[in-house]
Amino acid sequence: MRWIWIDRFLEFESGKRAVAVKNVTLAEEHLHDHIPGFAVMPGSLMIEGMAQTGGILLGEKNAFRHIVILAKVPKMTFHGYVVPGDSIHYAATLTDERPEGGSVEVRATVGETLVAEGEIMFAHIAQNDPQFGNINQKNFVFNSGLMGVFEVGKA
Amino acid sequence: MTRDEIFEKVQQTLVDALGVDDDEVTPEATLSGDLGAESIDYLDIVFRLEKNFGIKIPRGELFPENLSTGDGGFVKDGVVTPEGVAELKKRMPHADVDSFAADPKVENIQELFTVNMIVKFLEKKLS
Repeated sequence: MRWIWIDRFLEFESGKRAVAVKNVTLAEEHLHDHIPGFAVMPGSLMIEGMAQTGGILLGEKNAFRHIVILAKVPKMTFHGYVVPGDSIHYAATLTDERPEGGSVEVRATVGETLVAEGEIMFAHIAQNDPQFGNINQKNFVFNSGLMGVFEVGKA
Repeated sequence: MTRDEIFEKVQQTLVDALGVDDDEVTPEATLSGDLGAESIDYLDIVFRLEKNFGIKIPRGELFPENLSTGDGGFVKDGVVTPEGVAELKKRMPHADVDSFAADPKVENIQELFTVNMIVKFLEKKLS
């Protein structure tokens, strides 16, 4: 399984806003454990999807020169749950951006229903950072590798 | 804006950024020790202060970086040298460096980062 929690970008306004869709399916193993007999999309993975949407939005603004990592979720409220067959739209709006990092406001909706909303913060890490620079970037989520999703959105 | 008004806004900013109760945010409270701020929280606080006060805070102005690293001769045997104290005063005119200078251990640097320090910084910035 790949650590990709969005399926496609629906909208992408560079440096401003992005909307991605995540289609939830019973083919996903984790739904059989969460919760047995009552499959619901874990909130943590929805946060990951929102972070990927917002992280790519931030990374793309700087042409992926920085390694962008999820640093903090200052606020997240869940209003409902998501079940197999649902298509979640993750909308991220870039609210702050500077050399050290950035933050986004995010909303997750299924149809007209708001299921989650909050804020996510990212830190920029330099490629030559002594602590992080040598990390295999494949382990990092919000890099240009994920632009594959972006390409699908363009198709 | 009066000092009290600034304090109230700073208090709300820290409640939002750090998830603490407003009565924990006293003027003397230290950000790391008392309020549990971690490195990324400092960036979050800067973002929120900029938004709440409608100002721009350049990198390192409120929370200087690399205070105890580098080889500027500012630290010796875990203690900040007189040159280092002078540098702190220069870079953090909004902090109570004089109290720190009484026991200038490197680990005490974080005690400079208090709620009151932010209030003083903003007072100057807004005036």
